[in-house]
Amino acid sequence: MRSLYGWLALGAGAALVVLAEYRLNDYYQRVLAVVAINVILAVSLSLTNGFSGDVSLGHAAFMAIGAYASALLTMPASMKLLALPDLPAWLARLELPFALALLAAGVLAALAAFVVGIPVLRLRGHYLSVATLGLMVIVQVVALNWQTVTRGARGLNGLPPLTTLLWAYGWMLVSVIVIWRLVRSPFGRAMLAVREDELAAACRGVRVVRTRMLAFVTGAFFAGTAGALWAHLITAIAPASFSFFITFNVVAMVVIGGAGSITGAILGGVLMTLLPEWLRGIETSLAGSGRPLYGLSQIVIALLMLLVMIFRPQGLLGGRELTDLLRRPPPVRPGENEGAVGRAPR
Amino acid sequence: MTYLLQQTVNALNLGSIYALVAIGLTIVYGILRLINFAHGDMMTVGAYVALAALSALVLPVWSAMLLAMIVAGAIGIVIERLAYRPLRGSREVAMLITSLAISSLIQNSATMTLTAQPRPLRLPAELARRFEWAGLTIAPIDGLILLLSILLMVLLSLFVKYTTIGIAMRACSERVWTTHLMGVHVNRVIAVAFGVSAALAGIAGVLWSGKFGLVDPFTGFVPGLKAFVAAVIGGVGSIPGAMVGGYLLGFAEVFFVAFAPPALSGYRDAFVFVLLLAILLVRPAGLFGLEEGRRA
Amino acid sequence: MLHIHDLHVAYGNVDALKGISLEVRAGEIVALIGSNGAGKTTTLSAISGLLRPKRGQILFEGVEITRLAPYEIVRRGLVQCPEGRQIFARLTVAENLRLAAGHRRDRSAVARDLERVLGLFPILGERQQQIAGLLSGGEQQMLALGRSIMSAPRLLLLDEPSLGLAPLVVERIFQVIADLRREGVTILLVEQNAWQALRLADRAYVIETGAITLSAPAPVLLEDPRVKAAYLGG
Repeated sequence: MRSLYGWLALGAGAALVVLAEYRLNDYYQRVLAVVAINVILAVSLSLTNGFSGDVSLGHAAFMAIGAYASALLTMPASMKLLALPDLPAWLARLELPFALALLAAGVLAALAAFVVGIPVLRLRGHYLSVATLGLMVIVQVVALNWQTVTRGARGLNGLPPLTTLLWAYGWMLVSVIVIWRLVRSPFGRAMLAVREDELAAACRGVRVVRTRMLAFVTGAFFAGTAGALWAHLITAIAPASFSFFITFNVVAMVVIGGAGSITGAILGGVLMTLLPEWLRGIETSLAGSGRPLYGLSQIVIALLMLLVMIFRPQGLLGGRELTDLLRRPPPVRPGENEGAVGRAPR
Repeated sequence: MTYLLQQTVNALNLGSIYALVAIGLTIVYGILRLINFAHGDMMTVGAYVALAALSALVLPVWSAMLLAMIVAGAIGIVIERLAYRPLRGSREVAMLITSLAISSLIQNSATMTLTAQPRPLRLPAELARRFEWAGLTIAPIDGLILLLSILLMVLLSLFVKYTTIGIAMRACSERVWTTHLMGVHVNRVIAVAFGVSAALAGIAGVLWSGKFGLVDPFTGFVPGLKAFVAAVIGGVGSIPGAMVGGYLLGFAEVFFVAFAPPALSGYRDAFVFVLLLAILLVRPAGLFGLEEGRRA
Repeated sequence: MLHIHDLHVAYGNVDALKGISLEVRAGEIVALIGSNGAGKTTTLSAISGLLRPKRGQILFEGVEITRLAPYEIVRRGLVQCPEGRQIFARLTVAENLRLAAGHRRDRSAVARDLERVLGLFPILGERQQQIAGLLSGGEQQMLALGRSIMSAPRLLLLDEPSLGLAPLVVERIFQVIADLRREGVTILLVEQNAWQALRLADRAYVIETGAITLSAPAPVLLEDPRVKAAYLGG
């Protein structure tokens, strides 16, 4: 953001957001806010799934943790007294401003990631995938059973609608900048080195497990905050809100946009919000004809992902940043053409 | 004492099903290093096929089960051919992500065509009828699950131990590259591995839904994940490990529910995955594991 | 019997073979010598169909096999005995041998070949039911060689058969190779141990950084000053 153009773009963006805040109807405002939240999710997931080369499937879980945390921290005490009479006294009285609740949401999610990461990150990447899906089940089960805090399957309703477009896009900007910086720092290069060849990275003095852990925990932090934003946008959360679909859709954003590229993740986040939204319109419009096609949007996303994996496994942007494409000939990353010619028949 | 026996019966049932599903996961993982997230959905496929066979075609139970195995196995082979084979030689995570997409595809195709509404899978009365015996409440289905699972596991073990293609499967899980040099048609071996895995998951799905009485598009997802925990307990890649791991997990889960304070029984699924984390912390290679799980 | 014409193989952007041409005639032992990383194993992998060449042709008995799958190549009688300890350590000795003959339909011929392998290496007979991973290094190399015999080779590609073995075992392995040739098996031998290879071979090629730099009858190369300096320890 050092250049004049950067500041101009920022100013123009802020003006647009403010304009949208006051001019657009509720539906479009909500879609736009979801776009911002999904961009945060995609960019934070790209930290693990794109850069350090693991596949985390924990985003639904981290979102849930963040959503419940922020909901409990911001709900008016009077409401808590009615809805959750058995809450511990300190929590029942606590009413935090949104900014603090957002941070707390991220920190709790990061903590959960840390606990899962300890046993798993020293193992082959696969185990992270299974353990994070396991975390999703654990979080759902806890949310379902911990009646005194979560109200179980009924969920928490009537949350304060704190997620304005300004909050959503402001926080999105913060997330993108932090993660962009991180990826371009020595730590980011360490992540790429780990992804390309772990052993070689270790030999060059990269602390593999720590690098992985930092990527994973940072990603979880932002996923937690995204969960909080989402909770205060929809204003109602329940255990079923944070299912495998959420995780899957975020993974689709990163895969389709292009793993290893922040702008790719942003692109994926935007596309994978608008496309299903549009398809859902079709689903429900067909419902009138007596033959609703629920599931259609998910089927399209899944097929899209399969096609991308087979024909363009590097995703739309192919591991490059949009800025690379605009400015100079793209750098060839080591291993990008891996197996293109000398591919083994296995 | 009767309570203990009753819980043992339950654990054996649950363990049998986990074992059948875990075997398939472990076979495919052994050869392709793929954690097949769509494996549990083969249970769903099997259960729906059995539902159709029993209700629409009015077939006898045994042929409904056979049909479920055949259809699930065939779908497994087709999926491998269309989705996984083009990815051979690319990064390991490519197949993992593809398996997620397949899983979503199966779940949502079922939702779209059959609706998300759970449907009852009714086994014939002579299988499902419960009766009291020595203080235990059991149904013939309980015995069927155990015996059929053991029979299938014995057959599979013989297949893997004595047939040429079984030996080739084990060879592939050790070093695929060299297996090519032995004149083995590796692609065919992989197809067979997927077929066998999916068929076992298919029958497991019939047994699962037969026992609990319901099928929906997501029936197999969580049991499939839990079967992975079973495979990890036994050591991923080891077939005997998957069998033992399946039963150990069955016992752990049932006895957790039976003996933990009642307030905690709702947490049974959480317990299974906490167990997974604990095992990965203490002994990531499992009971029979090969130390390959650990990073360099 | 084997004709390789202008073979190019690349790993990603790195060219591993830059236009190799060589020929093996029926009944010969041909050695391919070169240092580590020169492209010897890559050449064998390309012949066996494990790597897809970028360019070039491989003909076996007059038929192009460049694009065939590895198993089809083995079934034509072009068998590779891979380097080092690439036996299946978790299979038994008997299973290792049986796997290599798995594609053959003539059961009595397979039984005869098994007899022969167990005759050549009696230790394998004693250890048939043992896990192959428990064999010693020399025994593992015997198993690897015996396994190749079970595939009924007409042309045998041998990758570093002497690698890391005690001199006595090397002696035994090379005896068996000589025996195989007498029985009519043609052999392409890849070796770092150039002296051993050249003593046994009829002709030899020298490969350096992905290209053939010398080819001559083996006795000539044994006396060649360049070969002496580079591969025979002066």
